[in-house]
Amino acid sequence: MTAPLLEVRDLRVEIPLEKGVLNAVRGVSFEVARGETLCIVGESGCGKSLTSLAVMGLLPKRARRTAAALRFDRQEMAGLPERKMARLRGDRMAMIFQEPMTSLNPAYTIGDQLEEVFLAHRGEGRRAARARAADLLERVGITGAERRMRQYPHQLSGGLRQRVMIAMALMCGPDLIIADEPTTALDVTIQAQILHLLIELKREIGLALVLITHDLGVVARIADRVAVMYAGEIVETGTAAEIFAEPHHPYTRGLLACVPAPGVTKPGEPLGTIPGIVPSLIGEMAECGFRERCPLALAECARPVPLHELGPRRACRCVLAAEAAA
Amino acid sequence: MSEPPVLELRAVSREFRVSRGLMRGKATLRAVDEVSLQLRRGEALGLVGESGCGKTTLSRILLGLLPPTKGEVLVDGAPLSAKDRKARARRIQPVFQDPYSSLNPRKIVSEIVATPLDVHEIGAPADRAKRVLQTLDMVGLPRRVAESYPGQMSGGQRQRVAIARALAMRPEILICDEPTSALDVSVQSQILNLLLSLQKELGLTYLLISHNLAVVEHIANRVAVMYLGRIVEVSDTAALFRDARHPYSRALLASVLTPEPGLGVPDTGLGGAYPNPMDPPTGCAFHPRCPRAMGVCRSRRPEAAPTPTGRVECHLSPEAP
Repeated sequence: MTAPLLEVRDLRVEIPLEKGVLNAVRGVSFEVARGETLCIVGESGCGKSLTSLAVMGLLPKRARRTAAALRFDRQEMAGLPERKMARLRGDRMAMIFQEPMTSLNPAYTIGDQLEEVFLAHRGEGRRAARARAADLLERVGITGAERRMRQYPHQLSGGLRQRVMIAMALMCGPDLIIADEPTTALDVTIQAQILHLLIELKREIGLALVLITHDLGVVARIADRVAVMYAGEIVETGTAAEIFAEPHHPYTRGLLACVPAPGVTKPGEPLGTIPGIVPSLIGEMAECGFRERCPLALAECARPVPLHELGPRRACRCVLAAEAAA
Repeated sequence: MSEPPVLELRAVSREFRVSRGLMRGKATLRAVDEVSLQLRRGEALGLVGESGCGKTTLSRILLGLLPPTKGEVLVDGAPLSAKDRKARARRIQPVFQDPYSSLNPRKIVSEIVATPLDVHEIGAPADRAKRVLQTLDMVGLPRRVAESYPGQMSGGQRQRVAIARALAMRPEILICDEPTSALDVSVQSQILNLLLSLQKELGLTYLLISHNLAVVEHIANRVAVMYLGRIVEVSDTAALFRDARHPYSRALLASVLTPEPGLGVPDTGLGGAYPNPMDPPTGCAFHPRCPRAMGVCRSRRPEAAPTPTGRVECHLSPEAP
């Protein structure tokens, strides 16, 4: 088997706070192959966004990152100086954030910002940069690209700004895109269009995609593989088909029961809920993070629960899954 | 004769004068364009459409926060002018999208929930306090949170506070503008369950504005589809999801990503360009994006035609006049 494009082993992110150390990401491991889409699913505070920032080397200063391995195309990124990291970022790996207004510079035109990425990484000149920018704007569904490129971010609607962000991520033809809730703020019609585009790019240029989202509809439709995160850990992994058809972890099951689904939920009938709140991640956690909210919790759940392999690239962090597999 | 709708819009329009930039004068933007819509007692009407289609302007007209430029708003069959804003507020209350910005961070929950009672001078202070606690019970919040600040609460709890504030007046109608969009999946289902059970217990009428069509399908019994200021289709929810008449409704429904793996992401064929509302297309406003547009669609605006479960504005519809 060829080496994965991105390999993350035992990634940890710690944030020192007054009250103690916040263990926001607690030993996350995953890999992504070329042309593969991995969706990291979870709710606010589960550590999914920090995981993506940690991979990109964009964590806030006070956060500490450790990892057994953090490899991009076989190159270890953990000890890489910022100068070399910056060369990778925007060129071979790019990030799309949820908030396009805070990610775009209000003082520069759309065209300038799109071209800048290209000029910084490729020495091909402004004319080539402009042509590429115009082409990508058309591809993300922005008409009148020439006129748009002369506009400033505030002159664009939220949907257009997000599409500009996506075009910007694509400027250098990256191998990997990490997208954090890229379509959450958009209309369903535009969401469908942008996801469609990402799938096309994946097929055309073998783009690897890590998509971070809480939207199970998006996950079901776009993911090859899924990692469900809860309280800083991956609690279940598998293919999209496996996760949706046969979820093992009680949290995954709970999450799936919360969303209306045709043929599964009945209009007007109560939806599933997950009672309780997420545990505090300050200090060491010596038990299953979901124990307090789990309807099936046992005595063993008061100890740390390892990830049990259920098959090739299929795993679940639950004592019940381990029993079922045994 | 049947009961009049609790809330009705008759050919309501709302225009804004918008600056086009320095030295270029102002243009007229028609955010809501001759909308007629009825809200029947006890129903949940979903209002769907893309950003900028006029959903929020429409909800502000219903709440009495914006006067219509043209047309009439009727409550229980009687016209209500802008002067009756207080009377209207007693019957119609809003629930907004973001419980992080819609609650005053410097007031405790009991003050927030009591605000409408104070404004409308309902009951003595002791009665108000009692009413606040009863309302917290109704939305499933423990009474001890009455002394908490919004900053001390989770997103789901805050949205319950926002719903409690709306219910403090014991209104008949709630206008819910994206009530769960800012919430986590597991919290969203709790709020939806709450809205459903409140509707059953209190006989509330909802206008549910949402871009999440799965939520609309789950909650609403009728749906109105809005495009560029007009209601282009109204139908029973089940009928709309089964067999939408308007090509725009179809595209919108096709864009919904249900949690069913293997189906992929559909190509809606819509193209990206939502028209500029300052310069709306001629004829049917949807024709530049419509995969089935004909000559007449460019020249003449379709009239509303009744369907078995509602009405539609489309030249292609078999019911078109």
